[in-house]
Amino acid sequence: MAAITTNALVKEYPGGVRGVDGVDVTIAHGEFFALLGPSGCGKTTLLRSIAGLEAITEGTLHIGDRDVTHAEPGERGVAMVFQDYALFPHMDVADNIAYPLKIRKVRRDTRREKAVSVAEGLALGGLSERRPAQLSGGQQQRVALARAVATEPEVLLLDEPLSNLDARLRLEARTFLKELQRDLGVTTVFVTHDQAEALALADRIAVMRSGRLQQIGTPQEIFQRPVNTFVASFIGSTPMNLVESEVRDGAVRVGEGSAPLPDGVTPADGSAVVWGARPEYLRWSPEPVAHAIPAEVSVIENLGAATLVTVLSGDTRLQLVVPEEQAPVPGDRGWVEASARRSLLFDPETTERM
Amino acid sequence: MTVAPAAGRRTARKFVVRVLFVLAMVVVGFFFALPLAWLVTQPFDATPTMTVSWPDWTLENFSVLAENPYALRSIGNSLVLGLGTIAVVVTLGSLAAYALSRVRVPGRDGLLYALLLLSSVVTGTAAMVPLFQLMVATGLINTQTGVVLALSGGVLPTVIFILKDFMDSIPKSYEESARLYGARPGQILRHVVVPIARPGLAFVAVWALVQVWGNFLLPYILLRSPEAQPAAVIMYTFYTESGQADLSLISAFSLVFSVPVILMYFLVNRRYGFRFHGGIKS
Repeated sequence: MAAITTNALVKEYPGGVRGVDGVDVTIAHGEFFALLGPSGCGKTTLLRSIAGLEAITEGTLHIGDRDVTHAEPGERGVAMVFQDYALFPHMDVADNIAYPLKIRKVRRDTRREKAVSVAEGLALGGLSERRPAQLSGGQQQRVALARAVATEPEVLLLDEPLSNLDARLRLEARTFLKELQRDLGVTTVFVTHDQAEALALADRIAVMRSGRLQQIGTPQEIFQRPVNTFVASFIGSTPMNLVESEVRDGAVRVGEGSAPLPDGVTPADGSAVVWGARPEYLRWSPEPVAHAIPAEVSVIENLGAATLVTVLSGDTRLQLVVPEEQAPVPGDRGWVEASARRSLLFDPETTERM
Repeated sequence: MTVAPAAGRRTARKFVVRVLFVLAMVVVGFFFALPLAWLVTQPFDATPTMTVSWPDWTLENFSVLAENPYALRSIGNSLVLGLGTIAVVVTLGSLAAYALSRVRVPGRDGLLYALLLLSSVVTGTAAMVPLFQLMVATGLINTQTGVVLALSGGVLPTVIFILKDFMDSIPKSYEESARLYGARPGQILRHVVVPIARPGLAFVAVWALVQVWGNFLLPYILLRSPEAQPAAVIMYTFYTESGQADLSLISAFSLVFSVPVILMYFLVNRRYGFRFHGGIKS
């Protein structure tokens, strides 16, 4: 049974702007699901529509097998952690966590007890008397999570869960979130604009743009086989090399050399294509190699254990990630080698993968 | 060595400017302190005058005040008017401000400014005759209820204006969060919005009390019997038999008159502190 099903979901704002434009998603029970896209792509609107904070204009939404398209937020069995956590500043931690139980008319001592036990489960022991303003960002986030979890929701929604934390805490919180989600087994949908966060956390990712779905898939599928140039350039901490070129003699012309045709694609000679290859999947060779791209190193950027090398081949700029011991220096000449298995071709007209 | 004398001249000039500034401030301060000095000394003087002088200490004036049939009762009337108005404007004002802050109403800002502009008319001199006729027609003439309603009408637009600004600064995510857990609008208002807006409500309450406490014209016209008159109006009736202002009564009464407002200020300031912001960092 699917936990969340949207069917041609549309959210139209007054004035005709469509925040979400005909989205079909099916999220499985217990799945950790990411909505990913640049700002303004409709991912938060979709999340808020699932929560019931935005009225759905068209289409249907099912949670479990109930139709909740027009249900009140409180009747949907969802809990949400907001980007700013929305902890009530005038209540202490235990009262914050117990607030949903107060609405459900649970007795005061029972709900305090429950709040304290949930708080302890989230490493918040001994903080139940504090006010939110007296907590660190990470603690505030855990209180917000505790409040959401205490309601035992069918679906947990997280809006940009890590964006308010500083960089160091973010990694810690990321691991914590993934552990928590696995332990609870609750269906979780989260919104992020950070592709690395989505790749790291999610079981499956939906990439959105302008209110429409671009691709749904596992992190690996999205990373290795993006369906179009938008997804290709959006995913990856170093953007994918995308070069407009053409097919000649059974290979792709790239700069002053050529790259092999990707596996399983056989476009006609002379047809225009966009060639794409991730920097991580390109190899650098100081010795001449057949079917490679001769190039000169222009910039190197240290990434820690690896080096991001920018090379020029004619007018074509390419980037590749090279292990530290093989790193060239600017001005070096060599050959960039692409693999047939790890490169892609896109149609320049439709931007779809061929 | 031309630098040193120039620097010296500059220091000297700075000093003179400073002295003149302090002197000017002393004069201004003295000007404002004088009436206050009168207020705290003359009630204790055996023969109060319109001037400030070291008093000939006595509590006689206060016993005269206590014997006056209308004086203390009028303070009670003022309190009834003040607290009644606070109750009306804080309740209606917070509801209206919350709605105006959260619901998109076309021409909302125009409406608010128009109300603000017209509010001085309600309690203004020009509206007294129609207001009087209205009160007679509705049977509210010579009742505290009538005065409370009229005063509230005058104070409410400003209260809504201030509270709306306050509520605008409360992030919506608090309410949305409560809504997700199934809270109804009334519960959201009681559990979340009102507690967070409390400093704003406290400020508005004190401000409304100050407005009502000193208001003369409205209760003077709408209340016909002296038993019902508030302090600001009763003070006007304190004359001696010869038609002179009765300064021993007036001075003692002035002090008693100012105490509740000052007390309210300290009470509210201590409890909430006058913070003119929402008090929330998001």
